[in-house]
Amino acid sequence: MCANKLSGAQILLKSLQAEGVDTIFGYPGGQALPIYDALYDSDIRHILTRHEQGAAHAADGYARATGKPGVCLATSGPGATNLVTGIANAYMDSVPLVAVTGQVSQSLLGRDSFQEADITGITMPITKHNYLVKDTSELAQIVKEAFHIATTGRPGPVLIDIPRDVSAGTADYNGREEMNLPGYQPVLDGDPRQVLKAAEAIAGSERPLIYAGGGVVISGAHDELLRLAEMLMAPVCATLMGLGGFPGNHPLSLGMLGMHGTKYANFAVCDCDLLIAVGARFDDRVTGKLETFASMAKIIHIDIDPAEIGKNVRVDIPIVGDVKRVLNQLLEALQPRLGEAWRDKILAWKKEYPMSHCDHGKLKPQTVISEIYNLTRGDARIATDVGQHQMWTAQYYSFTKPRSLISSGGLGAMGYGLPAAIGVQVGCPGETVFDIAGDGSIQMNIQELCTAVNYELPINVAIINNGYLGMVRQWQELFYNRRYSHSELLNPDFVKLAEAYGAEGIRVTKKSELVPALEQAIRSSKPVMLDFVVDREDNVMPMVPPGESLDRMLG
Amino acid sequence: MTHTLAVLVENNPGVLARVAGLFSRRGFNIDSLAVGRTEDPSVSRMTIVVEGDDRYLEQVNKQLHKLVDVIKISDITRDAYVDRELVLIKVHADASKRAEIMQLVDIFRARIVDVGLKTLTVEITGNEGKIDAFEDSLRPFGIKELVRTGKIAMLRGTKSSSKNNSQKEGDVN
Ligand SMILES: Cc1ncc(C[n+]2csc(CCOP(=O)(O)OP(=O)(O)O)c2C)c(N)n1
Ligand SMILES: [Mg+2]
Repeated sequence: MCANKLSGAQILLKSLQAEGVDTIFGYPGGQALPIYDALYDSDIRHILTRHEQGAAHAADGYARATGKPGVCLATSGPGATNLVTGIANAYMDSVPLVAVTGQVSQSLLGRDSFQEADITGITMPITKHNYLVKDTSELAQIVKEAFHIATTGRPGPVLIDIPRDVSAGTADYNGREEMNLPGYQPVLDGDPRQVLKAAEAIAGSERPLIYAGGGVVISGAHDELLRLAEMLMAPVCATLMGLGGFPGNHPLSLGMLGMHGTKYANFAVCDCDLLIAVGARFDDRVTGKLETFASMAKIIHIDIDPAEIGKNVRVDIPIVGDVKRVLNQLLEALQPRLGEAWRDKILAWKKEYPMSHCDHGKLKPQTVISEIYNLTRGDARIATDVGQHQMWTAQYYSFTKPRSLISSGGLGAMGYGLPAAIGVQVGCPGETVFDIAGDGSIQMNIQELCTAVNYELPINVAIINNGYLGMVRQWQELFYNRRYSHSELLNPDFVKLAEAYGAEGIRVTKKSELVPALEQAIRSSKPVMLDFVVDREDNVMPMVPPGESLDRMLG
Repeated sequence: MTHTLAVLVENNPGVLARVAGLFSRRGFNIDSLAVGRTEDPSVSRMTIVVEGDDRYLEQVNKQLHKLVDVIKISDITRDAYVDRELVLIKVHADASKRAEIMQLVDIFRARIVDVGLKTLTVEITGNEGKIDAFEDSLRPFGIKELVRTGKIAMLRGTKSSSKNNSQKEGDVN
């Protein structure tokens, strides 16, 4: 071997480091062994999860919390297919993720070889792009392109499938590869004419409303959004992904809109005469019945992905570009305006229809979440699983900072919370990290508690234990005549389980135990699992029944 | 309305699967798709014929643009273009019918490319209308087999939809 020849595995790791990667999440296996062997000598920190899905979700959580790309690594076949949910999740929420998989040697490809799975074929619809590396000499360029694609434009997951002969083979490496992506040129600046049109529409509006999505958080446009809202005196409602992109405790904040949004946010959507959609994609959970969504309003839509424009809703003034840049362009073109009448109307709604819940009798999920907010002063990073507890978190934890809510929005993947919290804690050491979990969801990736113990990650897992697949039960109660088909859960003893894994376990059944337990957990340097035994049949309200108009809320 | 798209793609393995997969999962219908190399061996050109209104076509266009392997898309429907399709037809041809069939072949400027004991195989190129008419006129004899390449198209005159002409078309604001 001549001096500058490196193995494919070494080239991979060097290329990762050249992209600034210092931590990856993974799980070894046969076809990944050359890579794992190289890792043995590398400075890259490898977190061994207990399931590849955990690795993908952890890398995703790491990326959402830090804004840096997350990297996960798995072997071929079952290792690769176990990543699939995590990749789909990152795709739906536009998370920069680079997934590296081992693959059988090229001489065995296409022959149903042991642990062969066509992972580039499988992930085609759930990646922004993917690669099957055919030659060791292509690897460095491919890694460079993969990171570029994953992190620019509308971010998303990119998969690199590396046959064993490619990782074990050798090639020259000089670290000066050129990318060749003639078909990939994201548009970043808004068209000035469109910006001007938007400014005119804003000047002419009486009741402007900002609808902020995940794009605000991703592009780091929270300051610009705040300036825009204050300059226009325009209230701001957010999607689940947009929470934290605008301070939830700001007087102009309306919280979340949509199916489980606040009443005042949904009323505002129905009543506004101008809707400014910023980095959002008009998902059906947000719009309810499309025909009546913001039907009185002109719509300005700012998004980096041209394909989002006009996909679900007809838009009057589209602006394609990076949200942060476009907002800056818009701020320059705008005059401050006063909108007292509109603001007063909103304030009146807020007074009349506040978010509230009953707090007597049994321990209430909303009380638990409010208390987590009080004790962390909104400074914690909060991962969630999927279900009622997720919606209550969105409603009762006031997110004031971007990247503080880490939640599976588009895919709604149960099992996301715990591994995501691990990734968040790895990316944000020293910060308080919670996973607000459901008793159902937590069991989908419970094995990752061991990872948290293994790497001494002091995460706090708050299980909202209602003994049900609560969100399923809620729909069955409301729309299926209370026929609770297969939604009741028999659960393990979560405290003992935590202890068996080497974590701390605390059970809370009464309100009086709530604060001391949370304080103990936050103080602890170990991972802690809190089992909050709550009212079993509480519902998430308000609720817009599926397919209904946003102003037809239950509760 | 029927649209004809000239799509330049990187000649990478899997690019056809990416395009086809995109159409099927987004519920877009392909009328025909023809693909082959261009003057630049690293670039292939797909001619895709799709049916739909403008809003639908806008989504098709934008979603195609999102594929990293797609370099350029031109909807040439409203421009002047030439299009061709090649068709092979194997038709029943007893001795008694051969003369009649050969006359039709002449009229349509088609060509006989193979002669079997009881069949003739005919090649015809042309636009859709001509090919449809030819197929109709052969049907009474009994068509045993028919294969169409799908339409390929090119702008008339000096205009071109090839790569060096312009970069990926900017987003449609
Ligand atoms: C992987 C996966 N499977 C199924 C679902 C459907 N689903 C949505 S919410 C839910 C119930 C979640 O139960 P739990 O984690 O206990 O949360 P709760 O609603 O009770 O707060 C289910 C089954 C899903 N979102 N993800
Ligand atoms: Mg539950």
